[in-house]
Amino acid sequence: MDALLSSLSFITLYGVSYGVVLFTISIGLVVTMGLMRVINMAHGAFAALGGYLAVSLMNAFSVPFAIAVPAAVLAVALFSVLIERLFYVHIYTATELDQVLLTVGLAYVAIAGLNLAFGPNVFPGQLPRVLTANVDLGLRTFQVYRLFLIAVGFLLVVLLWYLFDRTSFGARLRAAVDNRTMAQAIGIDVPKLFSLVFAIGSGLAALGGAIGYAIFPLEPIYPLKYLVLVLIIVSLAGFGNIKPAVGVAVFVGVVDTACRYLFPSVGAFIIYAILIGLIIYKHAGVFTRGSSS
Amino acid sequence: MTARSELLERHAFKPIEAVYWLLLLAVFFAFPSYLAIATTVVIMSLFALSLDLVLGFAGIVTLGHAAYFGIGAYTAALLAFGGFHEPISDALLSGLAAAGLALVIGPALLLLDGLPLIMVTMAISAILFEAANKASWLTGGDDGLRDFEFSPVFGLFRWSVYGQTSYLYALGWLAVLFVLVRRIVSSPFGVALQGIRENRARMRLIGSPVVGHLVRAYVISAFMAGIAGAIHAQTNKFVSLEVLSIDTSVDAVVMLVLGGIGRLYGGLIGAPVYILVKHFAAEWNPYHWMFIIGALLIVAVRFVRGGLLGILGRIGAWLASLGGARKP
Amino acid sequence: MTALALETLDLCKTFGALKVVNHVSLRLPQGARHALIGPNGAGKTTLVQLLSGVLRPDSGRILLAGVDISASSQQHRVKHGLVRTFQVTNLFRGLTVLENVYLAVSERDNSSRRMIAAAGKRGDLVGRAEAIIEQLGLASDRHRRISEIAYGQQRLVEIAVALSLDPKVLLLDEPAAGIPSKEASLLLDAVERLPADIAVLMIEHDMHVVRRFATEVSVLVGGHILMSGLPQEVMSSEEVRTVYLGQTGQKRFTAGAPHA
Repeated sequence: MDALLSSLSFITLYGVSYGVVLFTISIGLVVTMGLMRVINMAHGAFAALGGYLAVSLMNAFSVPFAIAVPAAVLAVALFSVLIERLFYVHIYTATELDQVLLTVGLAYVAIAGLNLAFGPNVFPGQLPRVLTANVDLGLRTFQVYRLFLIAVGFLLVVLLWYLFDRTSFGARLRAAVDNRTMAQAIGIDVPKLFSLVFAIGSGLAALGGAIGYAIFPLEPIYPLKYLVLVLIIVSLAGFGNIKPAVGVAVFVGVVDTACRYLFPSVGAFIIYAILIGLIIYKHAGVFTRGSSS
Repeated sequence: MTARSELLERHAFKPIEAVYWLLLLAVFFAFPSYLAIATTVVIMSLFALSLDLVLGFAGIVTLGHAAYFGIGAYTAALLAFGGFHEPISDALLSGLAAAGLALVIGPALLLLDGLPLIMVTMAISAILFEAANKASWLTGGDDGLRDFEFSPVFGLFRWSVYGQTSYLYALGWLAVLFVLVRRIVSSPFGVALQGIRENRARMRLIGSPVVGHLVRAYVISAFMAGIAGAIHAQTNKFVSLEVLSIDTSVDAVVMLVLGGIGRLYGGLIGAPVYILVKHFAAEWNPYHWMFIIGALLIVAVRFVRGGLLGILGRIGAWLASLGGARKP
Repeated sequence: MTALALETLDLCKTFGALKVVNHVSLRLPQGARHALIGPNGAGKTTLVQLLSGVLRPDSGRILLAGVDISASSQQHRVKHGLVRTFQVTNLFRGLTVLENVYLAVSERDNSSRRMIAAAGKRGDLVGRAEAIIEQLGLASDRHRRISEIAYGQQRLVEIAVALSLDPKVLLLDEPAAGIPSKEASLLLDAVERLPADIAVLMIEHDMHVVRRFATEVSVLVGGHILMSGLPQEVMSSEEVRTVYLGQTGQKRFTAGAPHA
């Protein structure tokens, strides 16, 4: 019985914390795709950049974790605005294929750039001692890190909910998602809104990369390695839906962890199979009108 | 002078096309020491052509076509291990294996469109990759499969180290399948596919069995991709996980976009350009190579509409207009 | 007694709390020339979508030549002769007029599966397409792309595509909408020349068109059919005028003959 509870608690804690990182990386894409309706295959690059920057600050300049992470997030957010103005503005109205091609191109360039700047091997990053400490929760001992991640996730959901549901910024955002032309007609500065939202989305991705590097190791291929998973979460959550995104990300985190734990040899791709099934179920609305994005 | 209907008259063979095929033949005589890479070019041209059928003509955006290339490759090798050495029938069976998978997943997959479709194709490819990785008893895992043999083509042409048989064999397949694809896109079915690409909703409202058509195109494309994979196995005598990777899928898309999608010759022009540039940049760090591909894609989307063939077409039209201006 | 070409029985469709189509029962005999009028938002477009199969009704039935098609796919309905045109042209913009019509002809012929013979070599299909194009006066435009021809011509192509499908019931959604009145006459002539045995249901706002063309008019208000009858009856009804035509309309349409 003890062993079962121990396993369950392991799966839950690790699964949820894994899901939190996935959520943090994905939520930015959920929002930007909801607003700008652009397929962004380079989203993972911002996550990678966030991680690399944070770890570099800690390694090279002994900046403490609590400062390095926000600094990295801010830097990436600012940088992303530049990228958005340079490239993304041109593909907001382009075909899906063109959007995929351009953003895959950006992802490739990012990968090459990361390799040039940081080398081809996994970038070594030490977690601060306070997080690597172990805490005994009765059933098992866990790293504080995992609890930290869950706490961050919870905080993030509350913050985002407040931002989107309670502020006037959120109201303008929701208006623009609903009807871009009308929003512009009533004086909402849509291009500026797009840039701002893109920055927020990329900043969130960077946050995910910066706090999650112990789960998702930093290497040049990072932008594409987890992209499929992120895209799947976004597709299942629905563009612009934050609450479902939490649910889906946590679901993916827990199920994936469970499968790897319980069925080591095939666990890795059970999650893919389940997700494929869910996507087809959700999006293949041939006879219902406009139910999918 | 009335313009001819492009769509309905595409079966017409234009004389300038002969240049391409003659060039490919000339390579055999002019560059005997480069036949290995030339064969790779031909194989990838075939793979890109198969992708053109679904991507360029039917409008199915897929980033997972390597799944079929990979199945073709592994099937060919495994059949050889199982004692089946005749190359042509081996390739056909491998193609059928790939087509089989497409037939099973197609009806569900092709109900999707847009981003969900892209992702599921990527996910399926990822699953196959992981499965092949895990099933190392079958696929050799990371080490891959090697040391399998094939009997001479038509019983006559032995597989030599210099790759002469390989090159002509691959070229033969490309030519045959090219004719097949041309027939298909020129037929009423081909016209319907392009209608689906243009306006899927309207096709339904003129009574077109949209998903049925798409599945047909997808299965034929998978068949061709599988054959390309089989040829890859047969000419390299080595199959690794690489054949199932996302990189391979993206490579094919890049080649196609580079040459121009939906123009039949797009992949056939894009593949040599892409592979040759890649080969000569091989001394470089592979990551530097990614930078070039990335930049190419960005440029292709922003500036170069229609790829190389599009550019050539515009140059041709401009030249023709010059000629026209001079006529009395 | 021959079955009605198209009939709906108590058709209902609700979106959320809004009953968009509210117990609509229509009867279209063969050769009907039936106009459906009503203010914007009355549910006309939704009704057309229910009939063509893009939407499924919440309750009620649709009978095509006596056969219940309420659950049939869009393709099935088209194959059995129920065809619609679009208020905003919904053609294959990158393809030429000939190619657009060819697509429809080819589908009608069930030839779209054929992969061996070249499309252009199918003389029968090309011929049929050319004939329909000729019939609608589009011959000079046939090799031009939809995106390049005048809007009025595009609407004619919509009708050409519809005719290619050998319709038994034709749903015309505001065929003359947005066309300058000069070009509209061409279109209206085409509508007038539609084969007499086809049943036509026309959604229209323009009362001149309705008067010229319809033998029966139904008024749809708030998803419900307010009344049906001969054009004169409907347009002189007090109820209809107040709800739809308004005071100025009343004056204009009770006066002399309509101008073309």
